[in-house]
Amino acid sequence: MAENIGTLFQWLIFLGVAFISILASLLLVTRKNPIHSALFLVLNFLCVAVLYILLYSQFIAIIQVVVYAGAIVMLIVFVIMLLDLEVELRSGLKFSYTKLIGGFLALFFFLGIFYAVVAKSPTGKIGSSYTSENITNNVKAVGEVLFTQYLFPFEIVSILLVVAMVGAVILSKKRA
Amino acid sequence: MKLPEIDLCLIAPEIIVAAFGFFVLLVDVFFSKRENKAYLGWISLVGIFFAGALAVTQAGSVKSGFEGMFISDGYALFFRITFLIIAFLTVLISMGYTQREGIAFGEYYALILFATLGMMLMAAGTHLVIIFLGLETMSISIYILAGMMREDKRSVEAALKYFLLGAFATGFLLYGIALIYGATGSLYLKDVASYIASKNLLRNPMLLMSLVFLTIGFGFKIASVPFHMWTPDVYEGAPTSITAFMATGVKAAGFSALVRVFFSALPGFRPDWTSIMWLIAVATMTVGNIVAISQSNIKRMLAYSSIAHAGYILVAFVAGNDLGVSGILFYLMAYAFMNIGAFTCVILLGKKGEENTLIRDYAGIGFKYPLLSAAMTIFLLSMAGIPPLGGFMAKFYVFSAAVKEKFYWLAILGVLNSAVSVYYYLRVTVLMYFREPEREITGLQFSPAAVAALVLAVIGTLYMGIFPSNVLSFAQKSIAGLM
Amino acid sequence: MLIEYLAILIYIAIAIGFALFAVVASHLLGQRKRTALKEAPYECGMTTVGSSFRRIPIKYYIIAMLFLLFDIEVVFLYPWAVVFKQMKSFAFISMAVFIGILLIAYIYIWKKGALEWE
Repeated sequence: MAENIGTLFQWLIFLGVAFISILASLLLVTRKNPIHSALFLVLNFLCVAVLYILLYSQFIAIIQVVVYAGAIVMLIVFVIMLLDLEVELRSGLKFSYTKLIGGFLALFFFLGIFYAVVAKSPTGKIGSSYTSENITNNVKAVGEVLFTQYLFPFEIVSILLVVAMVGAVILSKKRA
Repeated sequence: MKLPEIDLCLIAPEIIVAAFGFFVLLVDVFFSKRENKAYLGWISLVGIFFAGALAVTQAGSVKSGFEGMFISDGYALFFRITFLIIAFLTVLISMGYTQREGIAFGEYYALILFATLGMMLMAAGTHLVIIFLGLETMSISIYILAGMMREDKRSVEAALKYFLLGAFATGFLLYGIALIYGATGSLYLKDVASYIASKNLLRNPMLLMSLVFLTIGFGFKIASVPFHMWTPDVYEGAPTSITAFMATGVKAAGFSALVRVFFSALPGFRPDWTSIMWLIAVATMTVGNIVAISQSNIKRMLAYSSIAHAGYILVAFVAGNDLGVSGILFYLMAYAFMNIGAFTCVILLGKKGEENTLIRDYAGIGFKYPLLSAAMTIFLLSMAGIPPLGGFMAKFYVFSAAVKEKFYWLAILGVLNSAVSVYYYLRVTVLMYFREPEREITGLQFSPAAVAALVLAVIGTLYMGIFPSNVLSFAQKSIAGLM
Repeated sequence: MLIEYLAILIYIAIAIGFALFAVVASHLLGQRKRTALKEAPYECGMTTVGSSFRRIPIKYYIIAMLFLLFDIEVVFLYPWAVVFKQMKSFAFISMAVFIGILLIAYIYIWKKGALEWE
């Protein structure tokens, strides 16, 4: 009984959050003021974080909040403020054939992926993910894989971060 | 908990390249007062040479490590050497050029080293995450390098265009990788192949979709039609030395990963990808060559010619037999020499504030700068596929591989395209020797390092044309165990 | 299990409820005199002149970018801290290499003066 209520409750939370996240992304792409778009992006990221928690993936949920909703949106807001927005705001949305073609291509790829994922149930091996231990301690499970099997890619990421930092400095720092 | 084994010898060349990258970065900021940054180029050359020597010591052995994510086999060795040669030549031609164009920064050399590291990871990775990270390390470094000339609008445009489209392509690639994971539950190339074979997933829509995405993602990196739109603008706007690096290094890295992923993870889909790639190869060759004819800027012309060359290499990819794949390796190596050589000539013909990149600037330089013009002629003829130069042998292997697999139409179209290309390559040569100069080009300063690179490129082009069997047999040995 | 998140949910509900309660209660209970000045968006300070969109200097961008990159680094520390006890020195060394590489970037940024607000 209690479990049924729990499942129902989860279901309700999922429906609510999913609805809000779709709404937020629709508002995100339709707002004219880019700052408003950025705020809806935060809302969308937070909703997606909740979805990750519902999927028992706490670590990704944390990344979603700390990195995406926190740092990346901040960067986006700064970039928006770097640009001359009034020109953009005046120009508004215009129809063009490239947009039409792009829209068709997007639709094509969406339908392709949709068909590919929905038509047949996923065929991949079920990994080691869903044990009761992993569910309660997803971060630990991630850490165990990250620092053993995926140690090498993990170290490469640090070089990638260095390259990005060098890029930020060399492209935007005042030169002597 | 089982701790992983770590075999640092396996990635010794990569470690050296990365370590020298960091070293250059640090030396630069601690001795930032020094105006002339060429010494950082020399440090990088030492690192590249050292890494190459270490790579050669690993020849002959096949060793896998890091939980099977990284392999040091013949294929990796060949590409490591190719990338290191490309990086070596690029650094050589950069030292004078960066000083001249006001982009002499220590970061420049560090980023070249990091990009080379990324390329090496792409060729040696046997796990899609490694290949992806290698691709990103390479791409991000190149985006930055392309935009180094901040005051030049074209350079900024090139960097932005390349970054946006490249990020887009990366997204496609990542989506493809994700779909592979969804369908097979593994990212190890070998596991993917065996899982597909054991479960008979050849008509699985998820995998077919991922094939499309991977083709798009890699297609961007190798500049194949219809994913080539960025190439002319980016190649024209980027600093010329970086254009040379992009046209050879990024293309070679893209092909190295494309071949490794398709042949060792998705061999079952060969009939599917053959028909897609057939179309792409023909379109790439044709568009590249035909549009190259009407170009008036030599960098744009070489950009379109580089698109066409991607098409020739794809012909070998479609053939997909032993000769074809070793032909790809041979072609990429030969292309590295002749293309970097050609761009070196473009660099040497310019001076501060006067780049002389229009094709008509080449009128009449033949007798004024005889050696430079002779070298340029060699590179252009090699690209056109005139014997006895490296480019001819490369095309010969590629087209005979196609004929051997009974792709007659593909081979015929390739040869026809090659004939078309002779026109625009020869046009430059004719201009150099048989036209009066429209205006005097004087006061060129030949940086000794760039001249050394030119000599090396000439030697490489001639060597691969006159003694092709040495390199070809090396390439054939390299692909053992790949398919 | 997800039941552990119930506390957070209740907390969020209470927080939103309290905020709503405070606003609604003051709205209902408090006295109000409407004047034009009180209805204005700002009670004090100057009224804004011109557009509020102004381009900010690129200096902000460097700081934001560097923050983002170090933020990503910190995210990796989290699973590391969880498995640290289990893996001991191995985990220590692997993270030391990671941080060490980023330390080089940090030194580079510092010496380059990218952290200074000129």
